Amino acid sequence: MKKLVNELDQYVTEMLNGLVSANPSLRRVEGTQVLVRRELSAKVGLVSGGGSGHEPAHAGFVGTGMLDGAVSGEVFTSPTPDQVYAAINEVNQGKGVLLIIKNYTGDVMNFEMAADMARAEGIDVAQVIVADDVAVENSTYTIGRRGIAGTVFVHKIAGAAAEAGLSLQEVHRIAQKVTENVRSMGMALTPCTVPANGKPSFDLEEQEVEIGIGIHGEPGIERTSLQSANATAEFLFGKIVNDLPLTSGDEVAIMVNGMGATPLSELFIVNHHVADLTSEKKLKVHKTLIGEFMTSLEMAGFSLSVLKLDEELKKFLDAPTSAPAWPR
Amino acid sequence: MEFGLNQFKEFITEYAQRLEELKSTLNELDNRIGDGDHGTNMARGFQVANQQLQAKNPTDIGTACNTVAMALLGNVGGASGPLYGTIFMKLASVFKEKLSVDDEMLLNGFLFAKNGIIERGKAQYGDKTMLDVWETATSFLQSNVGTNRYRDLMTVVQEAVLETRDRVAKKGRAAYLGPRSAGTCDPGSVSSGLFFEVFVRALDGEGAIIRWETLVL
Repeated sequence: MKKLVNELDQYVTEMLNGLVSANPSLRRVEGTQVLVRRELSAKVGLVSGGGSGHEPAHAGFVGTGMLDGAVSGEVFTSPTPDQVYAAINEVNQGKGVLLIIKNYTGDVMNFEMAADMARAEGIDVAQVIVADDVAVENSTYTIGRRGIAGTVFVHKIAGAAAEAGLSLQEVHRIAQKVTENVRSMGMALTPCTVPANGKPSFDLEEQEVEIGIGIHGEPGIERTSLQSANATAEFLFGKIVNDLPLTSGDEVAIMVNGMGATPLSELFIVNHHVADLTSEKKLKVHKTLIGEFMTSLEMAGFSLSVLKLDEELKKFLDAPTSAPAWPR
Repeated sequence: MEFGLNQFKEFITEYAQRLEELKSTLNELDNRIGDGDHGTNMARGFQVANQQLQAKNPTDIGTACNTVAMALLGNVGGASGPLYGTIFMKLASVFKEKLSVDDEMLLNGFLFAKNGIIERGKAQYGDKTMLDVWETATSFLQSNVGTNRYRDLMTVVQEAVLETRDRVAKKGRAAYLGPRSAGTCDPGSVSSGLFFEVFVRALDGEGAIIRWETLVL
């Protein structure tokens, strides 16, 4: 393993310290792995989080118009209920708090335990569970789909709705609408190595790729030989549009998300064909986001997300935010 | 048989130590069908639980169980933190203010814990999770209450762990692999199998050490 680290048990702490030092708009809640906005305003609070290793998610999306707080667990491990509770308690301004949770057993359990704790203290808590990964079939397994990069659209749109002063119920409704209209799928060219484990999470031959990869170095749904960028984009796009009811003339937002070690140039090459595919389907691309939003350590590969928009979602997607990791 | 406060403390100390020994085995299993950190998280959590138990030195088993539960909830993370935390919270509610518990109360505690796992994790028997082991262990204890067949419990539990190998996961991160999850023992079942192995030794004073690292890999 070759990584820029000091003591492995300080990995998350030092990462958060570095992030806060570079972004004076963020503040760390003392004694926790929770980052919040330095200045909180009287509105519905938004908390998200999960394991570390997905940077810039989730702390990079804390800022006006997006999240109020982000909780970071150990690498690829859900944060514990006391940490999530600390975030809820810190951002609560009396208007209630919305939790944005990715659909993983551990995340859901820890966030729900924290929500129970907060409700016992009289804090109004609602939650939305993001399950945008079309690689996972819904029918066969009771657990449902995973939450991956599409979650960032939920942060952005629900964040703007909360900033506009909407009620918890309204912000929750809008967040729910985003989850219902976003689909994603990813692939990996190389695995990643969890620092505490020291070796890659799986092995890939030189010409092999994992299709339907999650964001935790867990194997995907199938292993195939490496195809061209166009063929790969077409495959993922096909899976997504098969699942998302779209008709010609619909407006969409596209996210081409790097997994951590993919050059921007390759992401642009992918998008070059995604643009063809959307225009073939007569979709109107309102916004395209290209870069790293929800990574998987140093994995090479990408995920593609498509969000179907309406006027309400468009307005909040376009609203300003100061979150460091949202493109200017 | 009686299970006293000191035996409980020894149980936690030894479980923490055995988790440390099996850390890489658990990580390796989790790497194959999950995210590779089950051993690291469990070893870290029970190390803290053991330290807090020594530091706080509770005077009854219920309080000791609560100390362990809180340490796990705050230090394990993932799905294992809430699930193992729930086990000890439920044990605490049954063993409240007790200096020592008998067979029947032990069984009650384990049944409460098992139901807690079901409520929190919403799994069913056969889903290839730790519940497979807890279901098997509690139903064995239930049909053998008062017979002191605790060493047989170890055999039954070992089989239950190995039976998870061929199952297709329906809960937890392994479920995303679908049929590809078959062929690997569930790491949560192994850590639960280890739980009962160490428990029997703490209760009985003897009992074998199971070579999980050669059985499950």
